[in-house]
Amino acid sequence: MSHVKVKHLSYSYGEGEGKVLKDISLEIDKGEFVLLTGPSGCGKTTLCRCFNGLIPHFYGGKMDGEVSVAGLRVSEHPIHEMATVVGFVFQNPENQLFALTVERDVAFGLENLGLPKDEISKRVTWALKIVGMEEFRFAAPFELSGGQQQRVAIASVLAMQPEVIVLDEPTSFLDPATALNIFQILKRLNDELHMTIILVEHRLELASAYINRIVLMNEGSILLDGDPRSILSQEESRLLGIGVPKVVRLFRMLRAGGIPFEHYPLTPSEGAMAIRRLVKGYDQG
Amino acid sequence: MIKVENVHYVYPNGFEALRGVSLEIDKGEFVTIMGENGAGKTTLVKLFNGLLKPSKGIVMVDGIRTFDVSVATLARKVGFVFQNPDHQLFCETVEEEVAFALRNMGFKKDIIEKRVKWALNLLDIAKYKGASPFTLSGGERKRVALASVLAFDPDYLILDEPTIGQDYSQKERLRHLVLQLNKQGKTVIIVTHDVEFVAECKPRIILMSKGKIVAQGPAKEVLPKADLLSQASLIMPQITQLFQMISDLGLPSNVLDEYEAWEALKGLRGMRLA
Ligand SMILES: Nc1ncnc2c1ncn2[C@@H]1O[C@H](COP(=O)(O)OP(=O)(O)OP(=O)(O)O)[C@@H](O)[C@H]1O
Ligand SMILES: Nc1ncnc2c1ncn2[C@@H]1O[C@H](COP(=O)(O)OP(=O)(O)O)[C@@H](O)[C@H]1O
Ligand SMILES: [Mg+2]
Ligand SMILES: [Mg+2]
Repeated sequence: MSHVKVKHLSYSYGEGEGKVLKDISLEIDKGEFVLLTGPSGCGKTTLCRCFNGLIPHFYGGKMDGEVSVAGLRVSEHPIHEMATVVGFVFQNPENQLFALTVERDVAFGLENLGLPKDEISKRVTWALKIVGMEEFRFAAPFELSGGQQQRVAIASVLAMQPEVIVLDEPTSFLDPATALNIFQILKRLNDELHMTIILVEHRLELASAYINRIVLMNEGSILLDGDPRSILSQEESRLLGIGVPKVVRLFRMLRAGGIPFEHYPLTPSEGAMAIRRLVKGYDQG
Repeated sequence: MIKVENVHYVYPNGFEALRGVSLEIDKGEFVTIMGENGAGKTTLVKLFNGLLKPSKGIVMVDGIRTFDVSVATLARKVGFVFQNPDHQLFCETVEEEVAFALRNMGFKKDIIEKRVKWALNLLDIAKYKGASPFTLSGGERKRVALASVLAFDPDYLILDEPTIGQDYSQKERLRHLVLQLNKQGKTVIIVTHDVEFVAECKPRIILMSKGKIVAQGPAKEVLPKADLLSQASLIMPQITQLFQMISDLGLPSNVLDEYEAWEALKGLRGMRLA
């Protein structure tokens, strides 16, 4: 059974305003790791807000169709109930941090879940450790750098270990090594705890090795939906200006230049192997 | 020219974010500042426009110590786009936002109108001019912040993480825009983690780690060095990685983007490229 189910969803932020989401239908199974991407302003954040109930409960507006997550119909459950099954990392970390210390921020959601004190403390330590922020446990969030704040925001959601985790451009402020580390952690949680993960991300060069599905949006609709290799090698993704990894871009140019190969490589090492194959093929006549 | 001499910066809570930084940025240069989260990049560029004053050492802009002038005077010369656009957006509409600094600086009405229109078009946000900045998507807000600074035409342009929230086509636009502004003589200073963006822009790189500068040089020299990059939590551009894996085929190891790659592959046997 699908873990996230969207049926004929349309949405506008206000009466008389244009539709930001247009008849979206989407099913995501438990344990999938989905990357949601598309041009700036196409409605990614808006769709994410429908997964945890911010839409319609906070933003109001006009919503048609149905969204359910982990068996809960979003329109029928208030945000705090949705929060027990869906973790949400905001695009802007500052919108997520409000406590006076990092520790309090990460513990906040856990206290709301009613977990015992020592479990909370354990989870806080675990979450801060995986984002590399243990030494900032007692620091004030507003005294942190942008990237450090984003790491805390991620930790506070990971600590909850929700069934579904939605991350809206969670690595935009992160240095590449940390971003990669976050993707690896997500992959691990996905493998070990079967967390369903929905990741909005433009940095496909770092993320594409970890995901198993790409949903490509444009102007409020879903344009393509499928496995990463096939989506990234399609013309639409280039035309839409999606952050196609550089290796794929290079091989697109090679193909256009008349060089034959079977599959598009996604990573540098796949690309290196592909070039070796071409040279070897030539050497062997 | 921006000149930084042995600068230290200590935040009120006692944290020393800059630990002896010296550097020079010439007029008309295009520089990016890179480094891990918390390296001190934002702190450093805030010293350039006088938002912060060094705890020790000197920062000079065009021969004037930032200690000796008001932030308002410097702000006109050194335009600053914050890492987080919400720190600089506060007007009711996008159009007012972009006009705000121009009004403050006392520009004439018709000039303001012209500059606002120009900046809105340049950043692809003219269609939102009547909207509230707060209803825009993250990437759109970032472009409003950039437009509001470009509008008053500062000599120095400091962009803290300008590619955040931008899709690839917006990034391409941005790249062409900064290269064009730089060509017209503007000094451009970009703080960014976006290695692929830097590989395409090919500016001079200043690499920071833990409050210090650990390396400086042209992109072509800095980006192929794995050990330097990992010190600053950066990852080598994809194409450079690929070429270093096949350097035994006699290919150069400092290829930065797909266009350079194409040129390099042309000479390789088996590649009959037009
Ligand atoms: N207001 C503040 N008070 C105290 N410490 C601060 C403050 N702002 C930043 N710091 C600390 O100073 C160091 C440098 O911060 P800075 O914002 O310059 O980093 P950065 O290189 O821009 O990082 P990022 O890539 O995450 O934006 C960090 O360790 C941070 O925790
Ligand atoms: N709170 C809001 N009120 C009104 N319009 C909004 C609001 N948030 C976003 N929008 C508009 O909805 C569209 C999609 O925005 P968003 O979902 O944030 O895009 P993305 O995340 O894909 O960049 C944009 O045109 C944006 O201006
Ligand atoms: Mg968004
Ligand atoms: Mg910063």
